[in-house]
Amino acid sequence: MKVLLNGIIKENPTFVLLLGMCPTLGTTSSAINGMSMGLATMAVLIVSNLIISLIKKLVPDMVRIPSYIVVIASLVTVLQMLIKAYAPDVDKSLGLFIPLIVVNCIILGRAEAFAAKNNPLASIFDGIGIGIGFTIALTCLGAARELLGTGAIFGHTLWGESYGMLMFVLAPGAFLALGYLIVVFNKIFR
Amino acid sequence: MKKLESSLTNMLAVLTVIAVVAGSVLAYVNSVTAPQIEKIKADNLAAGIKAVMGSDQIQVAEPQEVDGFKAYAITDASAQSLGTAIETTENGFGGPLKVLVGFDTEGTILGYTVLEHAETPGLGAKAEEWFQDKIVGKNPGRCNFTVSKDGGEIDAITASTITSRAFLLAIQRAYDKLKESQDGQTGATQQVQN
Repeated sequence: MKVLLNGIIKENPTFVLLLGMCPTLGTTSSAINGMSMGLATMAVLIVSNLIISLIKKLVPDMVRIPSYIVVIASLVTVLQMLIKAYAPDVDKSLGLFIPLIVVNCIILGRAEAFAAKNNPLASIFDGIGIGIGFTIALTCLGAARELLGTGAIFGHTLWGESYGMLMFVLAPGAFLALGYLIVVFNKIFR
Repeated sequence: MKKLESSLTNMLAVLTVIAVVAGSVLAYVNSVTAPQIEKIKADNLAAGIKAVMGSDQIQVAEPQEVDGFKAYAITDASAQSLGTAIETTENGFGGPLKVLVGFDTEGTILGYTVLEHAETPGLGAKAEEWFQDKIVGKNPGRCNFTVSKDGGEIDAITASTITSRAFLLAIQRAYDKLKESQDGQTGATQQVQN
């Protein structure tokens, strides 16, 4: 439980550790995109944490990074093939960003910092916690940008597109929205 | 159990094993998902052709490929020609923009659908709906088929001129190809008649 909460609040990957900024800024143009990206990352994170914590004794130190990368890259490729085959709608909106999970430093970071030092069960919980934290962060950011940018949330129009600030759907708005969300988060939890 | 030492043999063995296991897993998943992915692509295309021709009662001929354009000749149940659906690709703002567009026998646009794109969500990605009421029913041979900024008759997507240009160019090119092949055919028949 402590491990779980650690990932959501104390070491929230987006708001506290500021890891994985590329998918964070790139995919959060709408709430649903942010959430799907968070969930996809969480799936990879849980499995990669588990596998790496299982094989940590078998991997010599000097080749651990290449080994971890191969494990993570394989998992992401498997995930991408599964999404393409069974969730074509998700593939349409996120297809471009899924391969980027490989180089998401959250995953390698957790593999190094947690899974390589802890037992498999704790590693799974760490994966779930960090994954939830990342998903919540991306969903909030996506929702904020979608609301400000297009006046809708999860695709439901609230006050119509003509009142939207287009900038928030584009890259500069992503930085602004993220900055303010980090302020809010740290104000509440610190 | 003690951690394995970083000796050359250990490192080689471990990396080889990991690579082999990862490779086999990938191969297996690929063999399971590949048919499903193909099926989804084919379904999308079939649904797309029906949508762009505006009719369910159609026969789709085998595609003909000319210079990277894929043309599907469409006939109704009694083999009467309804027109052609053409797959056309142009470089958009974020990557290739693949459009399927249906022409009737005159070259008037019956409908279109975006098959693949990598345009900005909320901007260029709106191409799927944006042009529906703007180009359907138009004939690229009879009007200035470019965005209004370039002196044309079509309104571009707000803040997505590059996507709009690419989109219209893709359709214009498909139309040109269609005309080219039609002229080729009629030319041939005329020669025979003479």
